[in-house]
Amino acid sequence: MGLIGDLSIQITQMLVVLLLSPLLTGFVRVVKARLLRRRGPPLLQPYRDLIKLARKEAIVADGASWLFRAAPYLIFAATWVAAALVPTFATGLLFSWSADLIVITALLGSARFFLALAGMDVGTSFGGLGSSREMMFATLAEPALIMIVFTLALIAGSTQLSTVAGFMLSPEVGLRVSLGMALIGLVIVAIAENARIPVDNPATHLELTMVHEAMVLEYSGRHLAMIELSSQLKLLLYVSLIACVFVPWGLAPVDAGFSAHLVGVAAYVGKLAAAGILLALFETTVAKMRVFRVPDFLGVALMLGLLATLLRFVSRGL
Amino acid sequence: MDRLSFDIAHLVAGGLVLVSFMLLYQDRLFALLNMFALQAVVLALSVGWQAYVQDAPHLYITAAITLAFKAIVIPVALHRIVARLGIHREVETVVATVPTMLAGIALVSLSMVVMLRVTQGADALAREDLAFALSVVLLGLLMMVTRRNAVSQVVGFMSLENGLILAATGAKGMPLVVEISVAFSILIALIVIGIFLFRIRERFDSVDLQALDESRGESR
Repeated sequence: MGLIGDLSIQITQMLVVLLLSPLLTGFVRVVKARLLRRRGPPLLQPYRDLIKLARKEAIVADGASWLFRAAPYLIFAATWVAAALVPTFATGLLFSWSADLIVITALLGSARFFLALAGMDVGTSFGGLGSSREMMFATLAEPALIMIVFTLALIAGSTQLSTVAGFMLSPEVGLRVSLGMALIGLVIVAIAENARIPVDNPATHLELTMVHEAMVLEYSGRHLAMIELSSQLKLLLYVSLIACVFVPWGLAPVDAGFSAHLVGVAAYVGKLAAAGILLALFETTVAKMRVFRVPDFLGVALMLGLLATLLRFVSRGL
Repeated sequence: MDRLSFDIAHLVAGGLVLVSFMLLYQDRLFALLNMFALQAVVLALSVGWQAYVQDAPHLYITAAITLAFKAIVIPVALHRIVARLGIHREVETVVATVPTMLAGIALVSLSMVVMLRVTQGADALAREDLAFALSVVLLGLLMMVTRRNAVSQVVGFMSLENGLILAATGAKGMPLVVEISVAFSILIALIVIGIFLFRIRERFDSVDLQALDESRGESR
């Protein structure tokens, strides 16, 4: 396949992540509601919410600067690009060769940076509180993610996601304790970063312990739609990242035919559904933590990342 | 030795280090004791696998002793002591969890640097086991330093001894007699410590070891 083929796969990938991300959020909500024996919202409700928000008038606070208006688009752009870099149904994406796991981490970090700035921009006390908490969590979550990236890079010999996925498929992997630790650490980071239950409750507004919602409290209309869509994209991104690294089966290899890509898409949808069910199960079985317990929870992820790197040195440094 | 058996040995020994970290993370006494029992089970698995790999049948006995004493007898005894003393609430840590974890990571890296340098040229499996064993020993010491409650200090001491057993099985040729006598001395230590726990409680109405410092006039 030439450049056109690669480009079309990359564009399909970008559209797939954009279109599937509200569906994943809706699916998690439905499963959670069913587990609580409620009927829950329809599966397509997140799409309707987004369309409704996009049509509404955007009201901006009096003291807001240009940053407040620009931030939703910047956050969305950074998250979308990061999501486009993770192989979902096919490896060897066109963009994936120019950027690796560290770039994805950095893009997510800049999205967080703008969100925290926007939270502080209007000057309400809730926004500042949310930003300060987000930064407190980020100081542990980001190093943890970087350590996990280092572990994967040391094991697979590359930070390139396509190469990592290829390595995980090969018999070279063997049985490694470091990989298990990296998986648990990555799941903890993903839960914290997506404001899921033990850390933050995605279903409530106006609660004293909220983090993510506190920062975006002042947004409305299309700005809020952008923010919502980017947080849905972020959830999809983390799920795809975990699926791509730890369950890479079904990914279409480079230069594969059309049928392989179809298999890849089917496998990807299956993985998303499994992840959604697991996430909903996890969220209904644990209680939310106190905010000041969260650093301990994230500290475990950081510890696992560091320990995984160290253990990797002992196994192959001999 | 083929790669799979090395990988399994690495998996189990690495799991032992991980469980040592989980011991540091616990702040409830019963959870701490359960985690200690889990550590003993992982150690027994590790020793059993070593027995299979090294083709050394006496190591199976070591594994059985570990499983019986450390995974069942000692945790059950400590459970009873804790329940009798009525202290199954919180463990007061001197240092908060995250700094303790970071100190633990520093100790693990220290032991890897030291052991991998010192044992150059030795068998790969022995080197790896020695490095992990030193980490478990140091983590046990760290636990004894950071806890004030006497029971969690006892658990720290016992987990330190688990590290010693891992080292002994990794380096081939520890006689069975030594093994058994170590196991029994641990049991005797448990009995002595149990008596002391009750004595401490009788005298100071708590098993917080800071009370000892205060009675000696050494408190801050």
